[in-house]
Order: sequence, then C-alpha cells, then structure tokens
Amino acid sequence: MECCGGNKLTEKQEKYYAPLQKILARYEKKERYLIPVLQEAQEEYGYLPEEILTNIASSLDLSLSQVYGVVTFYTQFHQEPRGKNIVRVCMGTACHVRGGDKVLTAIKDELGIESGETTKDLNFTLETVACIGACGLAPVIMINDSTHGRLTPEKVPEILSEFK
Amino acid sequence: MKDIIYRSHILICTGTGCTSSGAKKMRIALEDELAERNLNKEVKIIETGCHGFCEKGPIVVVYPEGVFYCEVKSEDIPELVEEHLLKGRIVERLLFKEPVTEENIPSYHDIQFYKKQERIVLSNCGKIDPENIDEYIALGGYEAVGKALSSMSQKDVIAEVKNSGLRGRGGGGFPTGLKWQFAHEAVSNKKYVICNADEGDPGAFMDRSLLEGDPHRVIEGMIIAGYAIGADEGYLYVRAEYPLAIKRLEKAISQAEDYGLLGDDLFSSGYNFKLHIKKGAGAFVCGEETALMASIEGKRGMPRPRPPYPANSGLWGKPTNINNVETYGNIPYIIKNGAEEYSKIGTENSKGTKVFALTGKINNTGLVEVPMGTTLREVIYDIGGGLGEGMKYKAVQTGGPSGGCITSEHLDLPIDYDSLLGVGAMMGSGGMVVMDDGTCMVDVARFFLNFTQSESCGKCTPCREGTKRMLEILERICEGEGEDGDIALLEDLAHHIKDTALCGLGQTAPNPVLSTLKYFRHEYEAHIFDHKCPAGVCKDLASAYLIDKETCVGCSICAKACPVDAITGTPKESYQIDDDICISCGVCASKCPVSAISQG
Repeated sequence: MECCGGNKLTEKQEKYYAPLQKILARYEKKERYLIPVLQEAQEEYGYLPEEILTNIASSLDLSLSQVYGVVTFYTQFHQEPRGKNIVRVCMGTACHVRGGDKVLTAIKDELGIESGETTKDLNFTLETVACIGACGLAPVIMINDSTHGRLTPEKVPEILSEFK
Repeated sequence: MKDIIYRSHILICTGTGCTSSGAKKMRIALEDELAERNLNKEVKIIETGCHGFCEKGPIVVVYPEGVFYCEVKSEDIPELVEEHLLKGRIVERLLFKEPVTEENIPSYHDIQFYKKQERIVLSNCGKIDPENIDEYIALGGYEAVGKALSSMSQKDVIAEVKNSGLRGRGGGGFPTGLKWQFAHEAVSNKKYVICNADEGDPGAFMDRSLLEGDPHRVIEGMIIAGYAIGADEGYLYVRAEYPLAIKRLEKAISQAEDYGLLGDDLFSSGYNFKLHIKKGAGAFVCGEETALMASIEGKRGMPRPRPPYPANSGLWGKPTNINNVETYGNIPYIIKNGAEEYSKIGTENSKGTKVFALTGKINNTGLVEVPMGTTLREVIYDIGGGLGEGMKYKAVQTGGPSGGCITSEHLDLPIDYDSLLGVGAMMGSGGMVVMDDGTCMVDVARFFLNFTQSESCGKCTPCREGTKRMLEILERICEGEGEDGDIALLEDLAHHIKDTALCGLGQTAPNPVLSTLKYFRHEYEAHIFDHKCPAGVCKDLASAYLIDKETCVGCSICAKACPVDAITGTPKESYQIDDDICISCGVCASKCPVSAISQG
C-alpha cells in the first residue's frame, strides 16, 4: 500500500492505518463525506493526529488546510489525545477560598500533568472550570459525570485510584 | 402464532430526561419482577418517548387505567407490581402531587400540567413506542402522505399548507407554505428538503423530545414537503449531542424503507424520496440555514449572505426547502385534517400550537404544547404550577440567546410571533426560562453574550469583534468596574451589530442586552453608579449576609454549611457572620430553616 508521498509503508504503519482505510473504503471520494469520516476516525483513534488528517486529505482529494479548517471549526474534534476519564476541578469563589488550588496541585502532582493536559497512559484529562454550582460541598471536582465534594489534598489519591 | 393479548400495558418513558434519572435500571427491575411473578404473559412493557414532564422522571403510565406514576425508582417496583398489577390498588405515594393543592392525582389528564395543553405535534409522544412503526400507523400515521400522494397535486398540498397559516417553528416565523411555493417554483432537475434538528439554544429541548418520541411524524412531514416542492432527496441534520434521537431516526428510516414509505414509487404514485441523516459536529452557528448547508457539504459551518435564498440556491446550489423539526411535525395533521381545521387553533396571524421548554425557577419544568394565543400567565402559573415557595416572579426569558425578557406587566399577553416581538422578545425555538428576584439581569445578559460570543463563527466583523467588546463591557459592569457612558456604548454597539451582522446569530446576539436594558435599566445603573447588585448575584458587588438575631434559633446549620467558616456562635442561642470572611456565596441563606439570613 502506498501513502502520501508515495513512500512504502512499514508493516507497523500499515496496521496503524488499516482501520482508517476501512472507514474510507465505505465512502466516495467527495468533500461531503469529510465530516462523517472525521467523526468515525476520531471514534476509532480517540483523536485526530496529523498523520491521520494527512491521510484523510489525500484520500478524499482535499487539501490538508481544508481538512484542518474543518477540524478546528467544530468543537467535537480533538487534535490531542483525550483521557478515558475527564477530571474537572472547580475554580469558583467558594472552592478557591476553601483550598481548591491545593486540591488542583495535589491532582497535578498525582497525575503528573498540568491543567489542559492528558496523562501519557491516556487515562486522565485534567481541566479547570468556572463553577460547578455545588459551593456547599467546596472544594469540588467532577470526574466524568460524578461530583466529589469536601475534598482535601489528602483525599485526592484515593479518589483518583478508583479510576486507575 | 397467535399474538398474546395482554391485560395491562406499562409505558416507561425512555427519553433523555427519564433515562438519566434511572429509567433503564427501573425497567430491568420491572422485567425481573414480572418474570418472577409469572406476569410476563399478562403485562407488557413498552418504552415510549418523552411525556414532557421531565422534572418528575422516571415516568410510568399503567394502562388500561391510565394511572400516571412519577419518580419511579427500581426500589418501588415490587410494591408497584404487588399493589397495582396484582391487587388492583393504586400506589398513592407514587402519584403526582399538585404543588398548590397537595392533592394526589391518579390520571394524567387531570394533572394541571396537561389539562391546559393542546397536543398536536406531541400527541403521540409518551403514548407510542417510537421504535415501532406499526404503533405510529395504528394512530393514523402515514395517512397524510398517502392522501397527499394519491389525491392531491403538488399545488394542492402547498395551498393547504399556505391556508393553514403555519409559520416556521424554528424562530423566524416565516410562512411555511410560501417557502414551499418558492422552492416549488424554482426550476431545477434536482431539489432537496432539509430538516433542521440542530437545536442548540441553552434551555431548549423541544426538537429532541419530538425526534425521540415520535420520529415518524417528522419523516412523514418531510416526505410531504419533498413531494410538494419536487425533491427526491432529504437530509435530517441532527446535532451529535443527541445520540438517542439519531438512533431512533435511523431505526425509523429503515422501518419506513421496509414498508415502502421511503424509496421508489411511493403509494404507486411514481414519486421517489430518500432520506439521509447528517450528524452535526458541535457548532451552534450551524442552526443558521446557510451554515447548516455548508456543514452538510463537508465545509466549515459558516453562513453566507442571502439572497440567494435556499429556495433558489441551497444545498450544492440546488433549490432547497429547509424547515425546523416542529414545523414538519405539524404537516401530517394539516394534510390529514385540512387547513380549515388547523387554522381554528391559534390567533389571527399565528395558527396552531407551539411547543415550549419550560425551565428555570418554576415548579413543573418540562415540555408543554399550547395553542398560540395562550397567555404567559396560563403557561407559567396554570401549567407550570407557578414559582417555588417564597420566590417572586421577575421575568421570563424567551427565544434563548436571540430573545429577550418579558416582565410581569406583560404576563397577560397572548403568546404569538408578533406579540412577543412587540415587547422586545421573540418566539425563538421555544425555550422559556422563568426567573425570580434572585436573578441578576445584567448577569443574565452577560451569560447569553458569553454564549453567542464563543459560538460566533468569526466570518463577519460586527459579530466577531462587536460581541466581544459588548461582553467586555458587561463583564466590567458585573465586576463593579462599570463606568458612566457604558450603557450608551452598549446600546450603540448593539444597534450596529443588529444592523450589520451577516446572519441571524449575529443580528440577534445583542437582543438579551437590549431587552434587559429596556426593562431593567435600573439594575445596570445600580451596578455602575451604586456599586451594588440588587439581586446579590454578582460576587464582586454582593453585600455580605446578615443573620437576624430575633429569628435565629441557633440550629448551627448555617455555620456547618459555610464554606469559609465565616459563621460563629453558640448553639441554641444565636449565630453571626464575619463580614471580612464572608464571600457572599449565599449557601447559609439557602440552608437556614427559619429564613433568618438575608443580604444586608
């Protein structure tokens, strides 16, 4: 199989691109199928890395900038890997005063990442949010859809370990 | 094999609201319980779409009695089966309790929430299994398309829709029949119909509920539109955030294809129509019709100037008719019952019914369908059950980020397209957020501006830059940094953006600001000149809370609730708040059992 630039693909690369080829095979080479292809590719790979976008662009006969334009326009598409679990730390007033910062630091230390980043094992993505609306439980974090309140930095490892 | 005749049917709502309150778990518990008691050949479980009463979910209706149970958990199932299905006794504690009279209401038609509603579009929602085409057909489904294709010409159909007085339910209110006529008259070998199901307003879920609860109705409306304008292909553009609606539509389309209701030579008329689903990818602006079409074409979802209108040059440059979900939902009724029957409902210039999503500080939140011309008071107090205890009505916000606020002086206004525009609000897609005196109107304006600003596609300058500048001013005012002249500047910017922005999103973005300025200018002034937020919402301007010594019973609940330990005192005597520590979050006031805490 040949890819962009006509270079021969290694066996490993071929294996990597195989699911994408399967997706592309189901669509005609038309611009109108770009969004469905991107949606399915993201479902398969978890995000849309550059090499996947390049491959999609050449397969659909579009320029990379066109594909990039669409990917960056819609909020659904991510160009960085996202974790299996999304941790949202509340930075509202009540949480801030009651040590939300310390909780955030504890989570950063535990996961070894900064806010907005994802762990190497792709298990966690860390984000900060303005207010979760649970000030009575401050400081609060959300992991996926569940809320965890009245946190102290000491409790952080235990809570995160449930998701490891 | 002979079909089993069941003595009882249990309808479980599996709309998004009830599912997130545990309907699926409850269904499994019910299946197990029925199997255990050998009732599974006597009692049938049916999953339905949304009843609209999401506040009280999960909802269960038991037929033939039609008993309406709410907030049914899996733990309630053994009792429900034992009492109702075996002994024939109604489980009183699971009935709906009327908020005003505190009376238990067994039948759904007697609940105030449903009594004043007139359900045309939502008539099947909650009644049928949306994943079974036979149930839709049994209630008269696909009769309208049969009638149109076998006994009406394209012009007859358009005339019927025109005479019905139906106007677009997506917000603009353009006469639907006229839109169809334009697309019909456009000459082309290829035409399209599109259903706009990119419902994105915060606080609106009408379209989602209809698609989840009665998908065939929308499909039938689209086939009729396709026939009328001469299109053989249609697209349903559904936002990706509605996975259940997409799943049910996919199922509905494949069932309709199996029954020969989609495909070639429908009803032996020679008319062909095929339907595709297009998933959105998360962009609010794609609710604008030209942006939506760009998105279907695989491009960035950015609007373009009109004219040319889609009726002449739409999808891939071909004549296209684009309507909202609810608009298509009205079509089968109009064709089946005739324009005359339909136009008996509603006001002079707004015919039929409108579905509203009622949310905010109101007792019965949910989805309601009322005839046009119903007053706001009826919707809020009779159907919605009024505001919660101790809350005072301040305004209702309609039309989402494009709309405005309606104050108490206009509560008796009959709701239609023109009356709402007349008071500076708009119908919009049908979101209705009720606000009480604890809501800061400057903060509300800021919230909506923040939303439109982040959803602006960036193509035209007035929207991209203008909304950003307006948001900055509003943020400054909320932070107590407002200056003399800010209000005039806001108004000036607002009018410029309204006049010059490219699409509906930009042109209506300033509406929440203009509307709150019109009715609540004093709140803006209080923020700017007195450095006070009258509602106590804006944290930087909030005054500290005070405990009234006389009323305080010394229960210590407030002290325990305070997130910053600003409250001290002696149990069983009284407590006080330290101004310097208090962050005015209001948690203490909301927890106090004797309402002794207020803002100073």
